[in-house]
Amino acid sequence: MGFVGVSGSGMSVTARSLLRLLPGHARITADRLAFDGIDVLRASERQMREIRGKRAGLILQDPKYSLNPVMTAGEQIAEAWRTHKGGRRRAAREAAVDLLEQVLIREPKRVADAYPHELSGGMGQRVMIAMMLAPDPELLIADEPTSALDATVQAEILRLIEELVSRRGMGLILISHDLPLVGHFCDRIAVMYAGRVVEELQAGELAQAKHPYTRGLLGCMPNLTHPKPRLPVMVRDPAWLA
Amino acid sequence: MIEVDGLRVAFDGREVVHGVSFAVPTGASFGLVGESGSGKSTILRAISGLNPDWSGRVAIDGQELHPRRSREFYRRVQMVFQDPYGSLHPRQTVDRALSEPLIVHGMTDHDARIGRALADVALPSSMRFRYPHQLSGGQRQRVAIARALMSEPEVLLLDEPTSALDVSVQAEVLNLLRDIQDKRRLTFVLVSHNLAVVAHLCPIVGVMQGGDLVEAVSAADLRAGRVEHPHTAELRRLSVELEEVAA
Repeated sequence: MGFVGVSGSGMSVTARSLLRLLPGHARITADRLAFDGIDVLRASERQMREIRGKRAGLILQDPKYSLNPVMTAGEQIAEAWRTHKGGRRRAAREAAVDLLEQVLIREPKRVADAYPHELSGGMGQRVMIAMMLAPDPELLIADEPTSALDATVQAEILRLIEELVSRRGMGLILISHDLPLVGHFCDRIAVMYAGRVVEELQAGELAQAKHPYTRGLLGCMPNLTHPKPRLPVMVRDPAWLA
Repeated sequence: MIEVDGLRVAFDGREVVHGVSFAVPTGASFGLVGESGSGKSTILRAISGLNPDWSGRVAIDGQELHPRRSREFYRRVQMVFQDPYGSLHPRQTVDRALSEPLIVHGMTDHDARIGRALADVALPSSMRFRYPHQLSGGQRQRVAIARALMSEPEVLLLDEPTSALDVSVQAEVLNLLRDIQDKRRLTFVLVSHNLAVVAHLCPIVGVMQGGDLVEAVSAADLRAGRVEHPHTAELRRLSVELEEVAA
């Protein structure tokens, strides 16, 4: 499942409310909001903690800000593992190295001993993913997981997420403003504008998108193989809010 | 306008740019693409004077540059950074940010110049006394561009100017850059990891890998896939693969 839209259209807030990860003054209402049968709106904090991190992992945009700068990558993954699974320090450390290997890091032992500032952006993002995989979640929420990364690394990370998702049978919610990209990695796409889903379609039908906003999102990107002398700029129609 | 010949940059004795050469004629745009850490931003910072530890020859308009630059140089060559959140002072209004270059370069007629600059980047004059946190990302990047244009430069160095913006805002900023260039005959050097963005704005694209400029290719050749270096082909393949809409 993918969420697409421009910044401020409510994609992240939607994904976060699923984990009830919103500031205290936020009010969530829904006809139904459930995670595997658990009513998220009525669940206790305790029940929510069972879901957050453990059954649903959240990958954020920028590894630079989301990793603890004074703990090594290995310690952070081991901490996540022990919090949810318990077990001994040593076992956790081994699990951490094993997880780093799963996210295709070539020298997992060395990276486990590295601090976040010693890692590149792509590496840092892999560490984040490894940390989220530690408790074997059933759902992975990736909020702009690659927009801080360059094109080659972006493709690698997304393929990695795709492969892990299919191998572990996890669900995936991918949030991005890059519509073609989401089309590649998701089955279903919800296009959001100003807090509303304006169009929902199958990835394969992207080329036949009907809503002018969806078409605008597709059209305003510069394209390497089909150059445009001038990029079409989106004209926002007040009617979309209706 | 810009000549770079055998540029080498080292940090603490470790060389990160290994002799890069290129030239950009007046009013033209040159793009630099590559992965993070390939040295493209480092080159830009060496040209702009932000990094003094370089060797080789860099000339602007025939004048060779030295590590220490003249005030006139800073007037003629301006830079726009990636992150409009970080490059504007959070406690200065737009008006203050735009006055600063005018004060530094002893220019007069501040009021009219700031009014014109805001109009040039298509910002309403009501934005003039706002603080950065009251603006959206796209508006902030427009302010950063307006600030770079205040001193009436001839060269604009653009370091990932749209990668912090979402696609619809990116389109507006790219159109704006092109309009400004046509109007003022500016010379651009654009650094980005996004091949489509670079090819959109720059007729010639230099491809960086591990501190070397491995290939300079025309945007038309890049689009058609007429490239020689395997790294260029790889970058192109990734870019094309991810941008096509699954039909």
